[in-house]
Amino acid sequence: METLERFLAEHKFLENMKPEFIEQIVGCASNVHFPAGEVICREGRDADKFYFIREGKVALDIHMPQKGSISIMTLEKDSVLGWSWLFPPYRWQFNARAKTDIHAIAVEGACLRAKCFNDHEFGYDILQRFSQILAERLQSTRLQLMDVYSANG
Amino acid sequence: MSNLNGNPMLPQSFRIERIKNETDDTFTVELQPSKNVMDLSFHAGQFNMLYIYGVGEIPISISGDPCSQDSLVHTTRVVGTVTKAMRKLRVGDLVGVRGPFGNPWPVEEAKGKDVVLIAGGIGLAPIRPVVNYIIANRHAFKNVVMLYGTRTPKDILYPREIKLWEKKHRIHTFVTVDRAIGNWDGNVGVVTKLVARAPFDPQNALAMACGPEVMMRFTVRELQKRGIVDENIYVSTERNMKCGIGHCGHCQFGSEFVCKDGPVFRYDKIAHLFDVWEV
Ligand SMILES: Cc1cc2nc3c(=O)[nH]c(=O)nc-3n(C[C@H](O)[C@H](O)[C@H](O)COP(=O)(O)OP(=O)(O)OC[C@H]3O[C@@H](n4cnc5c(N)ncnc54)[C@H](O)[C@@H]3O)c2cc1C
Ligand code: FES
Repeated sequence: METLERFLAEHKFLENMKPEFIEQIVGCASNVHFPAGEVICREGRDADKFYFIREGKVALDIHMPQKGSISIMTLEKDSVLGWSWLFPPYRWQFNARAKTDIHAIAVEGACLRAKCFNDHEFGYDILQRFSQILAERLQSTRLQLMDVYSANG
Repeated sequence: MSNLNGNPMLPQSFRIERIKNETDDTFTVELQPSKNVMDLSFHAGQFNMLYIYGVGEIPISISGDPCSQDSLVHTTRVVGTVTKAMRKLRVGDLVGVRGPFGNPWPVEEAKGKDVVLIAGGIGLAPIRPVVNYIIANRHAFKNVVMLYGTRTPKDILYPREIKLWEKKHRIHTFVTVDRAIGNWDGNVGVVTKLVARAPFDPQNALAMACGPEVMMRFTVRELQKRGIVDENIYVSTERNMKCGIGHCGHCQFGSEFVCKDGPVFRYDKIAHLFDVWEV
């Protein structure tokens, strides 16, 4: 537990979080390892967890009929994988595959949601941090969609 | 390079010595003076006006090594009339050259500091001379980071050199693509996202960015988030040009002329021109 707490406290996403809040997350967390190549989650499946990546690279992709998998983003150390656990219907919106060996901390979505519900101050902190990730990903996606390097960019 | 006859409006005739296809739409030419021996020196970040005889004249950055004056090197991406015509030229053909013009990258000020280079697409061409300069004076710089983003893996410029920057010259190089195709195993995502985890000390770093203006806007924001002050951020801008020497006003950017006050600007001097609404 102590190491989990330390890992979480050191994770960039949880920077400056109150120790008692970190403790709440620890109660829903466990250490996990994915060997390179392993599928971590599949689009459409239950999003019952999310992950704090401690080490390694994860490829996010979406399956396009007739085109196969299109890689949309790479996540690395200090990133968070997954926000679908936050909103109904709690299903993954994309596939994630370990590009290299992954060391991460998995957090049970239902467990954390219950804690957010019971302690709104904690819930607000969590939501604020995830909103920032969503805003950053939206910004990145917009830039990708703008296709700024095209000849007319 | 000295402006021939002291007249910066008169193009000098250069012969194409070599042509190299870099990607589907981008190529590099090496030019040699067709008659006189000339001083080909330039500063990293400067550009030449290249005249494709009978078609038109365009500004193209010098993308060669500022520490070697063997030839003039230009990497050009085909986008319209003049660049298309230039693409059709062959070894031995002549090109008119005026230059070098413009305000260079602050390589001297960067000595003793961490250097963060951020390039998007063809923006790597004007940044490459900075890398060459750093390599030739590697001991003078601390941590050097190169962040490079392109559209797809097949648009990556100078891939062999990039590998050497990392392996031989201690330049931390991170390449990312907006769209992964084929068997690309590298990073996918926008180049601006690489800033957050790049290894440099914001208190003692100088950043130089070159690419599409939208990309640079977001790059500047990420650099600011990391704590680099505006005075230590430099960007290279592009505007249409005619004279290249501050006479015609074609390249006006607010109160500045890109050809003579730029193309490299310290960010705090042009921040007000970069400010736009949230996209
Ligand atoms: C200081 C400076 C340095 C430059 N360095 C380089 C360089 O090293 N390599 C290089 O390839 N280009 C460089 N450029 C851009 C280059 O000058 C233009 O791409 C060129 O002038 C286009 O001429 P054209 O006649 O082929 O296209 P045009 O016929 O003028 O334009 C055709 C189409 O391309 C679009 N277009 C024009 N310019 C650009 C551009 N810069 N980016 C994206 N789309 C454009 C136009 O909007 C139009 O839709 C530089 C520009 C400046 C100002
Ligand atoms: S191109 Fe004429 S003033 Fe800049």
